[in-house]
Amino acid sequence: MNTRSHYDVAIIGAGMSGLAAGIRLAHFGKSVCIFERHNAVGGLNSFYSIGGRKFDVGLHAMTNFVRPGVKGTPLGKLLRQLRIERDEFALCEQQQSRIAFGPHGETSLRFTNDFAVFEGEVAQHFPAQADGFRQLVAAVRTYNDVSLDTVAVSARTLVRQHITDPLLEDMLFCPLMYYGSATEHDMEFGQFVIMFKALFLEGFARPFEGVRVVLRVLLEKYRAAGGERRMKCGVQKIVTHAGRATALVLEGGDEITADHVISSIGAPETERLVAAGGAEPPSAPGPLSFVETISILDRQPAALGWGSDTIVFFNDSAHFAYERSTGQVDTRSGVICIPNNFDYGADRVLPEGIFRVTCLANYAQWAHLPEETYRADKTRWFAAVQRSARRFLPALASDDALTVATVTTDMFTPRTIMKFTGHLGGAIYGSAVKHRQGRTALGNLYLCGTDQGFLGIVGAMLSGISMANYHILQRGPS
Amino acid sequence: MTKDECKKVVLDIIADIAPDEDLGNVKPEVRLRDQLQLDSMDFLDIVMELRKRHGIEVPEKDYPQLASLDSCAEYLTPKFDALAGKS
Repeated sequence: MNTRSHYDVAIIGAGMSGLAAGIRLAHFGKSVCIFERHNAVGGLNSFYSIGGRKFDVGLHAMTNFVRPGVKGTPLGKLLRQLRIERDEFALCEQQQSRIAFGPHGETSLRFTNDFAVFEGEVAQHFPAQADGFRQLVAAVRTYNDVSLDTVAVSARTLVRQHITDPLLEDMLFCPLMYYGSATEHDMEFGQFVIMFKALFLEGFARPFEGVRVVLRVLLEKYRAAGGERRMKCGVQKIVTHAGRATALVLEGGDEITADHVISSIGAPETERLVAAGGAEPPSAPGPLSFVETISILDRQPAALGWGSDTIVFFNDSAHFAYERSTGQVDTRSGVICIPNNFDYGADRVLPEGIFRVTCLANYAQWAHLPEETYRADKTRWFAAVQRSARRFLPALASDDALTVATVTTDMFTPRTIMKFTGHLGGAIYGSAVKHRQGRTALGNLYLCGTDQGFLGIVGAMLSGISMANYHILQRGPS
Repeated sequence: MTKDECKKVVLDIIADIAPDEDLGNVKPEVRLRDQLQLDSMDFLDIVMELRKRHGIEVPEKDYPQLASLDSCAEYLTPKFDALAGKS
């Protein structure tokens, strides 16, 4: 098995986008192999086990949730394209989320999977902005966000045509940036629209068992369609000739050939494989990286008096700065995720409490620390990140209540991200420059995933689907 | 193959591509796009499933022929018959 040396299509990386592309291609009879350097699938959206506990990485919530019967949205498109039935993902909806701004979250906008709730909150807290907000929503709804050849326009500029209160503007941008912007300060309007729909007009959901449910479904579809994969088998080099990728050199030295190559590992990362030999990649790695703290609790977080918030986007400063952290971590803003607070149905709760906090971080200041310093810094920042986040949740009964309830903790840093995902600079959202059409300098090498530019879990899968369709399947029989 | 059988082939494909659509009342003379939520990705899939399952090729210039069930039958039935004649 898996010993062929030629495929119609070779895919680099078994993340969500690579798997989705693979399913499409295998379903329509292409011989496909996915090459993954790790032993686990999922890439940026994976999970790991420590001490018998499974930790999700990446996934706070699956965005783009719509209820059955709502058509023409990304979730529906991806289910159709991958021949997945809704029930297979077994998605459970969020209870409620918030955007909390001010030193202690004085201004708070609640939102749920019912958009009217968010509209009502905006109207209540920003009455003078209600009309402008409606106009903005109308502009978002009519924008063609799936076009592969749009012109980049500043979202800040366009949003300011409708929203004149800088506080509301920042509060709208904060969740959209944290959940999918590879650029600092501003976003491209098309990206703003995609994220606005994904978070506010659609919504959050999660399978009870987390991201592994989604991965299990994708793997099963891929296998059933006849797709092959080689795990612990990274690609070392892409051999080129006359403007085409002619072969892949695998770690271990084997060579395989393919008519088409799809790379999901990022634009600069892919360029590195093409230019293997030491030349610096011409595309810059993305500027933004993150830390995340994870606390496992011996009780449901609601039992600490924390209410039913699923996700809380917070910022304590007069202006929200989505930018590369100047220090190791920027605790002024961040995202709290409490996976227990999805609605899993009557009498079904996660066996343990989970409390996760994500903040912006600086890759360079984490990358090359000696092991001892690295560990000490992690411990120090773990406490600082949690202290910052707790300002935006109801106060605990006693100051040590969280410590008492904590069974174990973990934390990832930009260094962890780089190590396990290969994303240069620990840039989860990839390079600041996106390649919507997935083209590269080589005629038969295409990008999908993060640097193609559809972000989030649903976006990643749609990216793989779109690129497989656009570059390979639509071309007709080969 | 009769035209009705041909329509059934197309409906079966749509049922697999878009299991969330109700195909009980599809009017054969009305454009599929006007009565079902099908986008260009779905039409691409109809074309590709025709190739995969039945060996029928629909070149891109002929995609408009797949607009309604009636036009599908007009266009595809001769293709099915030609294939059957060959074997």
